[in-house]
Amino acid sequence: MGLLLEGVDKIVGREIHLKDIQLELATGSRTVILGRTLAGKTSLLRLMAGLDKPTHGRVLEDGRDVTKVTVRKRSVAMVYQQFINYPSLTVYDNIASPLKLAGIPKTEIDTRVRRTAAMLHIDNLLDRLPSELSGGQQQRTAIARALVKESRLLLLDEPLVNLDYKLREELRVELQQIFQQRDAIVVYTTTEPAEALMLGGDIVVLDEGRMLQVGPTAQVYRRPATTRVAEIFSDPPINFLPGKVHQGRAHLGKDIHMPLQQHMQGLAESDYTFGVRCNHLCIAPSGADDIQLRAVVELSEINGSETFIHVVYDGHRLVIQHNGVQQLKIGREVPVYVNPCQFFVFDAAGRLAAAPGEACRV
Amino acid sequence: MRVRKRTLALAAYFFLLVLPIYWMLNMSLRSNADILSTFSLYPVDITFNNYIKIFTDSGWYMGYVNAIIYVTINTVISLACALPAAYAFSRYRFLGDGQMFFWLLTNRMAPPAVFLLPYFQLYSTFNLIDTHIAVALAHCLFNVPLAVWILEGFMSGVPKEIDETAFIDGYSFPRFFITIFIPLIRAGVGVTAFFCFMFSWVELLFARTLTVTQAKPIVATMTRTISATGLDWGLLAANGILTIVPGALVIWFVRNHLAKGFALGRV
Repeated sequence: MGLLLEGVDKIVGREIHLKDIQLELATGSRTVILGRTLAGKTSLLRLMAGLDKPTHGRVLEDGRDVTKVTVRKRSVAMVYQQFINYPSLTVYDNIASPLKLAGIPKTEIDTRVRRTAAMLHIDNLLDRLPSELSGGQQQRTAIARALVKESRLLLLDEPLVNLDYKLREELRVELQQIFQQRDAIVVYTTTEPAEALMLGGDIVVLDEGRMLQVGPTAQVYRRPATTRVAEIFSDPPINFLPGKVHQGRAHLGKDIHMPLQQHMQGLAESDYTFGVRCNHLCIAPSGADDIQLRAVVELSEINGSETFIHVVYDGHRLVIQHNGVQQLKIGREVPVYVNPCQFFVFDAAGRLAAAPGEACRV
Repeated sequence: MRVRKRTLALAAYFFLLVLPIYWMLNMSLRSNADILSTFSLYPVDITFNNYIKIFTDSGWYMGYVNAIIYVTINTVISLACALPAAYAFSRYRFLGDGQMFFWLLTNRMAPPAVFLLPYFQLYSTFNLIDTHIAVALAHCLFNVPLAVWILEGFMSGVPKEIDETAFIDGYSFPRFFITIFIPLIRAGVGVTAFFCFMFSWVELLFARTLTVTQAKPIVATMTRTISATGLDWGLLAANGILTIVPGALVIWFVRNHLAKGFALGRV
């Protein structure tokens, strides 16, 4: 039961927007669609909503083919990235409009509108017009209109992207609580890995119109199926180093010649790509197991309480996420430490060969 | 110093603009004998006889009534055709949409005289000569393309997501269009109506050719007053002043949106 997309393609002109989408969303599930811009996130949401028709394939709702059913006849609500409200209606009428059209009695509309508005903290603004509200309040109104309908399918297309940092944090926490109370299928798109992790649920990693990996969010984060998934699901991007396994040791560039770690046991002798997230690289040793490599500082970027240090190691660029402010002279050679059990290993085709095990996780 | 220069230049420009209108007002308040005999910068013996004649003689005041009737019909037809057309051009992509959109504008490039002869024959065949609807339809030739262009500009300024949200909420298309969409482009509709009104109100060639007596507009009536006794200067001037009034009134309502209208809604 739920929503099923079966072999869905979306081709516009000669451009492939979506290809071979095979996706099942259970009732009550929360799904995050993660992908960079132009990955096809919005196209996928529009297909789910019924705003666009797929070029090939079918969309099934509880086993019923709804591919050709217009959006008006589906039970769906959508929140856009831009703040979309009816400018000529007050906040109250905006929220009430889907209920009015459904022919629900006035008293019930009133209680539901007020309840939803209270949930989103806009109950004191009901008489205003959307243009008299701040961006955050406008988006709250749009979200309230989507929630009040209690539709089977709730789609949110990067709803927090146009809000400032503070409002985003606030609304993200609230949305999480709201989603938990619903038994609708919630689909949420984002470009930010951190947001995806915070929302939990399931994740679909989308890239250039194709689904790269589907699964529980935390699991996909821990075991990205390919280098591309690891890249998309890390912010700042994951560091890659080419290396090879030879006679029970892994060799990565000039400084790292480590014995195979526990999770790397069983790797055949071959060339591999080793990946390590930038929060696992340090400029000071953090444990006895750490190995040291020497790299040249290219840039150090201070981002409030943390510093991103860009270095070059043996011709490969790495980014180190350092907690705290650290000024480093450009061109200086610094020691970089990494715990070898934090390495992801990908084979020559870019598929995951080994991921850090439970024991190593910090 | 610069400000004063600018003020002076503007004052001179304004003087030149207003002078003919003032002169017409001046003439409309004097009798013919007075106009032809003495030169005066302002009316000495003010008389309202010219205006009284217009408002009492049905040959004159019916000219205004006829013009208002066909201008209104034309504005309504133009808006009724242009609103859906502009929505289609603004929201949908279809084969040849760009070409068709441009073709609409080319209708305004031909001189009206080109269409005059075929129109006259066609309207005669259908017995439409000397009816209000004939002039109203003929003026659609210019006003519908213009209205489509202006409205398309205003409509494209409304995000498509509003339409989609309305459909998701369950609005039927007509209900969405009338209760949500048209209020959003209110200013555009007002400006378009003004442009339709203005072109239709001042147009002379079609209005004169397609009417005889029953639907004769004021501009045509004015051209037919030259008689053996000469021109009735005072009466013509009074007519001229009255012809300006409706335009001035309509401009007042859309004054804040006119610039956007002249840019065909694309600012």
